[in-house]
Amino acid sequence: MKDLKTDLEDNSHAEAWAISSAQNRFPKHAPPDPDPSSSSYTGDFALPRNLQKWEDPSSILNYDTLRTQQTYTEEFGGSSGTRSAHPQNPSVRDHGGLQMNDIIEINKILEWDPRTMLNNLSFLEQKIHQLQDMVHLIVGRRGGPATMGRPDELVAQQQQLVTADLTSIIVQLISTAGTLLPSVKNSLSAVGPSLPDQQLRQLGEILSSSSLGMDAALPPQPSDGGGPKVPDQPNQVDPCGHSSNEHVEDHESKEEEDLDDGENLPPGSYEILQLEKEEILAPHTHFCTICGKGFKRDANLRMHMRGHGDEYKTPEALAKPHKDMSSEAVIIKRYSCPYLGCKRNKDHKKFQPLKTILCVKNHYKRTHCDKRYTCSRCNTKKFSVMADLKTHEKHCGKDKWLCSCGTTFSRKDKLFGHIALFQGHTPAVPLDDTKGQVGAGPSWIGETNEDAQKPGRASFSLGSDGEMQNIMASVKGSADDPASYFSPLTFDSDNFGGFPEFGRPPFEDSEGAFSFLIQGSRNYPPKRGGESSSNNLS
Amino acid sequence: MKKQKLSSSSSSSSSFHSDRENSNNPFDALSDEIVFLILDHLLPRSLDAKSFSLVCKSFYSIESLHRRHLRPLRTRHLPSVLSRYPNLSRLDLSLCPRVSDSTLDLLSSFPSVSPSLRSIDLSRSRFFTSSGLSSLALRCSNLVDVDVSNATDMRDAGAAALAQAKNLERLRMTRCKMVTDIGIGCVAVGCRKLKELVLKWCLGVGDLGVGLVAVKCKELRTLDVSYLPISNKCVPSIVKLPYLEDLFLEGCYGIDDDGLAVLKDGCNSLKTLDISSCQSISHVGIPSIGSGYASLKHLNLSYGIPVTPTLADGLKKLSMLQTLKLDGCMVTISGLKALGDCCASLTEISLSKCAGVTDEGLSFLVTKHGQLKKFDLTCCRKITEVSIAHITRSCTALTSLRMESCTLVPKEAFMLIGQRCAYLEELDLTENEIDDEGLEYISRCTRIRVLKLGICLDITDKGLSCIGASCPELIELDLYRSAGVTDTGISSIARGCPNLEMINVAYCNGITDTSLAALSKCSSLNTLECRGCPLVTSVGISAVAVSCRQLTKLDIKKCGNIDDSGMIPLARHSQNLRQINLSYTSVTDVGLLSLASVSCLQSMTILHLKGLTASGLAAALLACGGLTKVKLQTLFRSKLPHLLLNHLEARGCTFHWRNKVFQVEVDAKCWKLQIEDDNTVE
Repeated sequence: MKDLKTDLEDNSHAEAWAISSAQNRFPKHAPPDPDPSSSSYTGDFALPRNLQKWEDPSSILNYDTLRTQQTYTEEFGGSSGTRSAHPQNPSVRDHGGLQMNDIIEINKILEWDPRTMLNNLSFLEQKIHQLQDMVHLIVGRRGGPATMGRPDELVAQQQQLVTADLTSIIVQLISTAGTLLPSVKNSLSAVGPSLPDQQLRQLGEILSSSSLGMDAALPPQPSDGGGPKVPDQPNQVDPCGHSSNEHVEDHESKEEEDLDDGENLPPGSYEILQLEKEEILAPHTHFCTICGKGFKRDANLRMHMRGHGDEYKTPEALAKPHKDMSSEAVIIKRYSCPYLGCKRNKDHKKFQPLKTILCVKNHYKRTHCDKRYTCSRCNTKKFSVMADLKTHEKHCGKDKWLCSCGTTFSRKDKLFGHIALFQGHTPAVPLDDTKGQVGAGPSWIGETNEDAQKPGRASFSLGSDGEMQNIMASVKGSADDPASYFSPLTFDSDNFGGFPEFGRPPFEDSEGAFSFLIQGSRNYPPKRGGESSSNNLS
Repeated sequence: MKKQKLSSSSSSSSSFHSDRENSNNPFDALSDEIVFLILDHLLPRSLDAKSFSLVCKSFYSIESLHRRHLRPLRTRHLPSVLSRYPNLSRLDLSLCPRVSDSTLDLLSSFPSVSPSLRSIDLSRSRFFTSSGLSSLALRCSNLVDVDVSNATDMRDAGAAALAQAKNLERLRMTRCKMVTDIGIGCVAVGCRKLKELVLKWCLGVGDLGVGLVAVKCKELRTLDVSYLPISNKCVPSIVKLPYLEDLFLEGCYGIDDDGLAVLKDGCNSLKTLDISSCQSISHVGIPSIGSGYASLKHLNLSYGIPVTPTLADGLKKLSMLQTLKLDGCMVTISGLKALGDCCASLTEISLSKCAGVTDEGLSFLVTKHGQLKKFDLTCCRKITEVSIAHITRSCTALTSLRMESCTLVPKEAFMLIGQRCAYLEELDLTENEIDDEGLEYISRCTRIRVLKLGICLDITDKGLSCIGASCPELIELDLYRSAGVTDTGISSIARGCPNLEMINVAYCNGITDTSLAALSKCSSLNTLECRGCPLVTSVGISAVAVSCRQLTKLDIKKCGNIDDSGMIPLARHSQNLRQINLSYTSVTDVGLLSLASVSCLQSMTILHLKGLTASGLAAALLACGGLTKVKLQTLFRSKLPHLLLNHLEARGCTFHWRNKVFQVEVDAKCWKLQIEDDNTVE
């Protein structure tokens, strides 16, 4: 009952906070001099796209939380609810939508105006304070009695709220700073409506890569990683709202290999073809006109056609077509991705064409499709292109060099390069190494000297009872009365020359050994050495 | 303090009485801080602090608060010791044979220790694992200095555990052979403040590990990567270390002239460079040293390229060079001459075991380097009195001269040394032709502290008496197989050199108990070697044992007249004894057992003891709780119970089994002839 209560409280708290922060935002960015053209622009074009984007299950926020989950599994232990919880949380989504809208307006309208700047800054300050309070609240709750109800969801909600507000703070900070720099302002205006996407994307990457997660120390970061760098990172402009972002890096690097091979064709010097999504995803591209069977390759189709009659068996019919049309082939063909807003789409401002149909297919599948193929060995890596999976499977399991961040490498030098590059990453010590490492000697000796319960001695005395009695007897035999030899040595009152560090009667250890010898029995009392003897100075 | 009081009391008896009533104890007037200051001046290794603490309760507590350094013998007493000394900053566990994880856990969870502990030495300890190191590193957050040398069982997990000590500045990992790049990588990432890192003999560490250390630990001042399987690949990152001062690349076969050429581009701060035994380095690389490190002060080129004019040319630009070691190099006359023309700032040259050192080259060299302080000519067998004449004429400031086995130097040459080198503090004349007259001249070097006269068959009591009469600062005297020495000589040394700490009279078979009785006057004596002195008996040993309380090392091998009655006083009085060799003596079970009361005893060599039985040995071994090393005859291996041996090994004791046959001793001259025969056969 009590748990439920706290739970409710949490929820209400979180919501209240969201509302308050949203309210706070409203008055601030009401532009001092609203520009009707710009607002209509926003309404017509940018807003729907943003909404579309935010409806997508893998919004940037979600991406962030996923990434942070990976990094901080212990902390947010097993918060698998996050993913499912997010789309069902209307407050957060509204929040996001509003926010995007606002940012665009700010970007459009902000000119360098000290008053606006001051407004903005004070607003930011206020919001950071709020955020601080929020984080305090979370910290306090975590420290206090654990909420037993549904901690996962709660944590997720709080995280989302914090992320959302952090994001908006950072974006505003960037845009505020951006108005100061003429060059940045230009680039800002040039990039236009897709800018917030870029920024958010970058922010997402900053958040995820810096592994700082939700730390309050974040806001300063975008100032060096944000605005000015935007034009240099064309790959990140891609606003793909596809379902799984987990392996963005892989794809981007691959696409780079596929496409950015130094080709810089001037726009208009080539013919742009755009295949439809269905065409791209169709398993077969060549169909038999007679029976309708589909084939992946034209050659296979031609082979197939032979079965439909002798006329298809002539060398002409079997020959590779279009060989002689070299004059027409002069026109260079390039391909556009049918996905609107994609950088490979011809309508994109910085359109980069795809070279071949195969490139189109791979690009479309990698960037805009589900990753249907899961590696059967590691069960974690997913791919949308079969060939990628096969390439991965060649290496999967061989990556024995592991970094503390979870990245694996097939080569040791690559791991060390990675570690040299990043702060805070360490080589991970293999498991068999940690559990091994026992000192010399068999295990039964264990802690012979330290523990009073000495299994070693016990078993020793059991095992060699007879021998020890022999020893005892012979010692007695060789010296008529061993005590006469030992007694003067054992307690010598003025002898403090033992050793420089601390006092200890000279015969302490031997005494133990002898008592053991002389008793020769299997249940001698466990000795508690040390205390009495080392205190003898006091 | 007391004197002051007395004087005041004598001046007025009335004030004396009032004084007495006001403060019964004059020490009450002393604040703890003042006593601390006084205690600061006590010698660190002496027993004075201990004696002080035994005076009274308040002194005891003052001493407990004052002590910063501790070197315990057993880990068993750590709980009480740690609670007694709350301000410990340095803990040296190198005397503890067994330091297990539970010890380290206890240590690091001790509330007074964990914040104050800054330095820990585990260099000779075994049985700890990564979990112990981990708790140490995590809980003792101020740990700055860790020595885990010789942890041959330690793997990457151990290194990773150490890497959690973020504030570490000094880490020594000599001979941690199981640690690989991964472990060192963890250390590099974790301990960013490292200033000194010793990876000598860490054979599992290669280019990647060293490279990463150099990338991550920018504060490094000292880096020792001797004998590592590294190549030129890691050199560029080492070069970029901004503060590197000492770089040790001894025995790095993978580093060649190209690597050295890269080295010269950076490391402006480098002061020490050791590229001894780097066999891939040739003359081509040397100029890069010369042009690269203007600030270099110490250079070690031992066991490397021949000393030729080319080499000397390469070193010409090193204007700050102070120390040059060329041990074991091939030396040409022209090379030595060229060396004389460069590096005018040199104060120390070592040419030990160099082939080709002749009078001509050496004479030229020393005339140019008049300011030399230390000169090592060990085994330069071709030099004669010409060299000595030049050395003594030019290098009058010489403090250390080592010329072991310079057999062509005639006895007259030693007079020159005595006449001209008044500042000598260390002189090694082992296996030289020196005689009593030479010694008489040597005795003019009144500052001499270390004198080695081993295998000098021509010296007798007469010469030694001169040394005893005029060298009061002598600390170490080696008379190994100088059989002309007898009791008279030793007695005069004992009288004249009260600070004597080490003396070796092995195989001086004229030595009797009289010598030992005389030596018992030297209260600082810590090492006594009287191996093969058949006339020495238990009486002499008893005399030494009773008076020389600092005795830590005793070798009485082949002193057949020493028996159990000598061991009992030893056991009773020499409570600092750490190492003893009893082979071939008449000690029996009883003597051995009584030695068990010496709690410091760590190393025992007991071969060919006729009176020793397996059972007595077993009892003695069990009783000596601190043993780390025992040399025994192989036949005892089967006689001792297997479980007993296991138990002792678990306590941290290692056994060295020897199967030597009983050897009959020959006299000194025969022995020398034998040695010379062996040499010529080789």
